[in-house]
Amino acid sequence: MELKTYADYAASGETPEVLFWVGCAGSFDQRAQKVTRSFVKILQHLNIKFAVLGTEESCTGDPAKRAGNEFVFQMLALQNIEVMNNYGVKRIVTTCPHCFNILKNEYPSLGGNYEVVHHSSFLQNLIDEGRIKITDTQSFKGKKITYHDSCYLGRANEIYEAPRRVIEELDADLVEMKSCKSKGLCCGAGGAQMFKEDEPGKKRINIARTEEALETDAQIVAAACPFCSTMLTDGVKSFDRQQTVKVFDIAELLAAGQGLETINF
Amino acid sequence: MLHLFQIYLFVAFAGMAFYFAFRGYRRVYQNILLGRSEDFSGNTAERLRTMLLVAFGQKKMFKNPIPAVLHLFLYVGFVITQIELLEIFLDGITGKHRIIYHAVEHIPALHFLYVFVINSIEILSVLVFIGTVAFLYRRFVSRVERLNKPELKGFPIQDAATILISEILLLTCIFSMNAGDSAMHIKEYGEGYGFAISTFLAQFITHFDYTTLHLIERMGWWGHLSLVFLLLVYLPYSKHLHILLAFPNTFFARLYPKGYINNMPEITKEIKLMMDPSAVPPPADANAAPVKFGAKDVFDLSWKNLLDAYTCTECGRCTAACPANQTGKLLSPRKIMMDTRDRLETVGAAIAANNGIWKEDGKSLIENGYVSIEELRACTTCNACVEECPVMISPLDIIVQLRRNLIMEESNAPTEWTGMFTNMENNGAPWQFSPQDRLNWTKE
Repeated sequence: MELKTYADYAASGETPEVLFWVGCAGSFDQRAQKVTRSFVKILQHLNIKFAVLGTEESCTGDPAKRAGNEFVFQMLALQNIEVMNNYGVKRIVTTCPHCFNILKNEYPSLGGNYEVVHHSSFLQNLIDEGRIKITDTQSFKGKKITYHDSCYLGRANEIYEAPRRVIEELDADLVEMKSCKSKGLCCGAGGAQMFKEDEPGKKRINIARTEEALETDAQIVAAACPFCSTMLTDGVKSFDRQQTVKVFDIAELLAAGQGLETINF
Repeated sequence: MLHLFQIYLFVAFAGMAFYFAFRGYRRVYQNILLGRSEDFSGNTAERLRTMLLVAFGQKKMFKNPIPAVLHLFLYVGFVITQIELLEIFLDGITGKHRIIYHAVEHIPALHFLYVFVINSIEILSVLVFIGTVAFLYRRFVSRVERLNKPELKGFPIQDAATILISEILLLTCIFSMNAGDSAMHIKEYGEGYGFAISTFLAQFITHFDYTTLHLIERMGWWGHLSLVFLLLVYLPYSKHLHILLAFPNTFFARLYPKGYINNMPEITKEIKLMMDPSAVPPPADANAAPVKFGAKDVFDLSWKNLLDAYTCTECGRCTAACPANQTGKLLSPRKIMMDTRDRLETVGAAIAANNGIWKEDGKSLIENGYVSIEELRACTTCNACVEECPVMISPLDIIVQLRRNLIMEESNAPTEWTGMFTNMENNGAPWQFSPQDRLNWTKE
């Protein structure tokens, strides 16, 4: 997969339209890497001039901050801000709601002022502008998709409609879980929980959320966050339903709808 | 003679109630000021709007329609009954009977308004009665889950029952007063005042003699008044204080997106020094208090966190929505608020008993029977509790500050987190991957 980094752009004296902030999950996690590639395929298909920071990108510091380690967070944040300000970054798109939230809300007072959009809003804009053409009208027909709200997209930043708008673009049936939108149940990963075991209790949080997802009888559980995707995928596996229920990111679904990606479900 | 005695009794009673109430509210105010300062200036128009919508307009209550409607009965009933209380007060001071009624009796428009207002109060009082009985039913019979969690054992349940039962007694008194009065009026003039409910009730007691009716009326009057005074004094010791604090609490609610957690400026300074080798650190101020990261006790929290704690009415919508609590973990956002308030009360009482000076008691808000480390660890920072709170309390804000103390002051982290921090510092990612591999996803 060919793509340019900000350094490449700078070397050629060009400026990209937007920085694609890949995030740690999108860079390293095998499942999330697929989402990254799907999103890039959409960007490239539409000839959007984007750049990544590549090896110059670091974790935004979100898990450290939410765990209570402000030192590690600010160290990473100030490094990232230095890199981005040197390149004159104006606009950022990211496929991770945690990166989105922290870049949008917490970087400004540290000197990092950018227009930050989550890929769900970014894709919604492209749809609204008529730039997305759905070519595969058959695969999704009659299929049920349920959307899991990411806390850091939903409650944290009140983005509920954009990801749903992306799903509605496919000819599928969008069904809601028992708790959705502002009442959406967390997948269990936020606040650095992703990186440690749950505290003792009756069950894991991702199991509780997966139960709600399975109750909808949807064939596809759509997410817009790499951590939610992991949590829900693990949840579906624990019910041994991975053959009939698949977890996809909205970028993968939209890429498939455009014929840029083949997904199996 | 009896007449004058009643005036003296009223004034003495009122004086005592106001004295003790003043002390109670002053205690709450002083305790809130034990928190560290936080600037909330500006945005007055938006703040007023939030307060009008959320506190006055009960906007967030309506996410949950059944309790919202029941609560609305109590809320509107409470507010409008204050008009009748005004007349009770004026009657008490002057020794007159229905002073406002007699002043407007012969002015048709005002007379109509008076009868209309009292009718509204009476009809709302019936609705309040229905609401209160429904609340008692939900709490003690159908046992709604969020109203029966472990943190409510003991005083909190007793507190809730006290308020609800007082509510019913208040209503009984107001109807006893108005029905007795209406029955006397019927006996004298052949008709009541025109108050729908009490005229209806009066017909069952008109066969009593005048003295008995007068007694029924007086018992209602004095009973209502005594309960109002008792509740006024009790309120600053009760979760019910939300009826007052909901207003300032929504006014001072944080206006930024829920996902935002404040950046600590004292840490920014240190890291900027670290990153810039040529920077000269400012001379250390020998008199400055040692910097402490995060919150260990109530003094380290913002006064707004403490106002939040006093505003909490323990409804438990936060806890019911909490993913950790739903899956059986110890964490309960409501308990965070209750623990904060309990600790603050203990600290405040100790300071008051020690001539205004705080003497360390070897305890803090973390552990010691207050917020446990296990509870703090279980939070996913999902904001469900913040979203749910009808009076815009943030348990999450307190959780994050306590977590900061654990991590940065006590170095108390689960081992997985310690590893995660190290990875983030050394590799720029929470996992142990080399930063050089950041573009490996393109190789497919």
